[in-house]
Amino acid sequence: MLSIQTNHVGHSLIRIEDLCKSYNLQDANGNTITNQVLFNINLTIDQGEFVAIMGHSGSGKSTLMNILGCLDTSTSGSYWLSEKNVAKLTNDELARIRNQKIGFVFQGFNLLKRVTALDNVATPLLYAGIGRSQSRKQALELLRRTGLENFAMHQPNQLSGGQQQRVAISRALINQPPLILADEPTGNLDTQTSREIMSLFQQLNRDQGITIVLVTHEDDIAAYAKRLIRLKDGHIIYDMDNNANTTVDKLSRTFPA
Amino acid sequence: MNLLAIIGEALRALRQNRLRTGLTMLGMIIGVAAVVLMLSIGQGAQTKINQTIAEMGSNLFIVVPGATSSGGFSFGSGSIRTLTIHDAQAIAELPIISATAPVISGTAQLNYAAKNWSTIITGTTPDYFSVGNWKIESGTTFTESDLRSANRVVVLGSVTAQNLFGDEDPVGKTIRITNRPFLVVGVLMAKGQSLTGRDQDDNIFIPITTSERQITGNQFPGSIRLMLVQCKSADEMDIAEIEITQLLRQRHRIAKGKENDFTVRNLTALADVATGAAKVMSMVLGAIASVSLLVGGIGIMNIMLVSVTERTREIGIRMAIGANQRAILTQFLLEAMMICFMGGLIGLLLGIGGAWVVSQVADMLIVITLGMIGLAFLFASAVGIFFGFYPAKKAASLKPVDALRYE
Repeated sequence: MLSIQTNHVGHSLIRIEDLCKSYNLQDANGNTITNQVLFNINLTIDQGEFVAIMGHSGSGKSTLMNILGCLDTSTSGSYWLSEKNVAKLTNDELARIRNQKIGFVFQGFNLLKRVTALDNVATPLLYAGIGRSQSRKQALELLRRTGLENFAMHQPNQLSGGQQQRVAISRALINQPPLILADEPTGNLDTQTSREIMSLFQQLNRDQGITIVLVTHEDDIAAYAKRLIRLKDGHIIYDMDNNANTTVDKLSRTFPA
Repeated sequence: MNLLAIIGEALRALRQNRLRTGLTMLGMIIGVAAVVLMLSIGQGAQTKINQTIAEMGSNLFIVVPGATSSGGFSFGSGSIRTLTIHDAQAIAELPIISATAPVISGTAQLNYAAKNWSTIITGTTPDYFSVGNWKIESGTTFTESDLRSANRVVVLGSVTAQNLFGDEDPVGKTIRITNRPFLVVGVLMAKGQSLTGRDQDDNIFIPITTSERQITGNQFPGSIRLMLVQCKSADEMDIAEIEITQLLRQRHRIAKGKENDFTVRNLTALADVATGAAKVMSMVLGAIASVSLLVGGIGIMNIMLVSVTERTREIGIRMAIGANQRAILTQFLLEAMMICFMGGLIGLLLGIGGAWVVSQVADMLIVITLGMIGLAFLFASAVGIFFGFYPAKKAASLKPVDALRYE
């Protein structure tokens, strides 16, 4: 049920050309100041890649992430997701893309408060038009795979950070999207839990061919990815393969549990 | 997302904040209860007035003797006895008129066994009972032959009968009216209060001839205090009024340009005024109650706006995992409508209960119609949609990235 179709491996899943993003702000005198955050970004990510976008705060990595996730729009340039020009899509089509093509994992987990783990995971299915009981059945199956079936009826505040993030990852996976966007997914987690979460991402990427785009400012977290992109002041300063990427085994030696 | 799932989400959100939901609902409950209560009281008053008017008799004129003046002083209408029984008979012969009933009246002391009672005595003709829409509870009315012979027969109003006889059947008994024996031939059905609040059932009726000669006496023989005139059709009231006036002027030999020595009053017109007043009262009560419903609606809008602000992040999360604008709009609109619907239901029950209490405590006629219930519900739903739409629209038009970043 969870196997992801991998028939479009090799096609570019994400293609960005000359993408710019700027915000208009008003200064104290009421004059408009344009604050450009991203400058002529060109980027192609293929199906099945595991990419880390790195950079300090203010580098534009979160803005890029929001645009990739169809949560925000670019000022100029084009963004093609699965060969679709995102700029030309309606709000409803964007909602459908976020629902079907993209799974989000956030630093703050962003689970629905006072809603059980089970219903949190099931909600994207509801928005896909699937009935409540069917949605819950699928959600429970997914929680079982992540080892959280005993916590299905727990609310987020009754779960540890690691458990919450695994619920969030289950939610991201429920509609079997080809792409997972993870924004500082280990930012609120301790080292040991971070390692577990990163290994889960590696497993999803390796076994199911899910494309993972990870945003982080931590080099050791980025090291799990197979490709590293560094942003500085809105420009890509390098984009390279990470042949010596960290695996859980290596990490275990570096940071003994 | 299907509607059932959205209803589920909305219900969950309402349950998560029970106190707030309850308090918001209270505004709606009070509003709907007030509307139902006020409408039922207004409707009750209107129904009561209509009943009274129907009981009074239809298409009625009341003709009273005119005012007289002497040396510049006007003595008010009825101060001169210009109307006679013969005037009444003449008017009854007009084709447009179905019946007339001349009336003389006074007060008298009644005795039966050890009980005595003082009441109004009405001397009239048998037609009085049909013209005034009186119904007989037991026995009969007096007859034309009683009238011709000036027999000592009496018909009792229900209150008078109750006071003199208690549970005993008065028909066939003899009572004394100012010490003269009278045979009770009938008892009337109760009518209740008149439009002016007078108890119409504390009354006795005897033939006008008997009254004139033996009880009330008469300063000017043949003259009457007033007469009731019933027109055949409601549409011909205006013509009838002109014909009565012309006939009486002719009979009284009033020269052109001189004022009438009598007054013709159209009681139906009076009834229309009373019905109109009751309608206005209903509308005013309804309008006042609607204000509380409006205030309740504003309360809902206020809470929904707070809720949207408070749940901005939740809205962002929902958008990120695939909720489109319609799903968000529907969810928040449904929350507002559910508050209204549930509040409306509770308010309706409360309003009906309140109306029942009022009818018991204040002894008022309360009328609750299906239309009223429908109206209250329609109004409550309209308030929900109207005041829920803006906050819901605001929630749905948030940009996902801004909503997610909201702290």
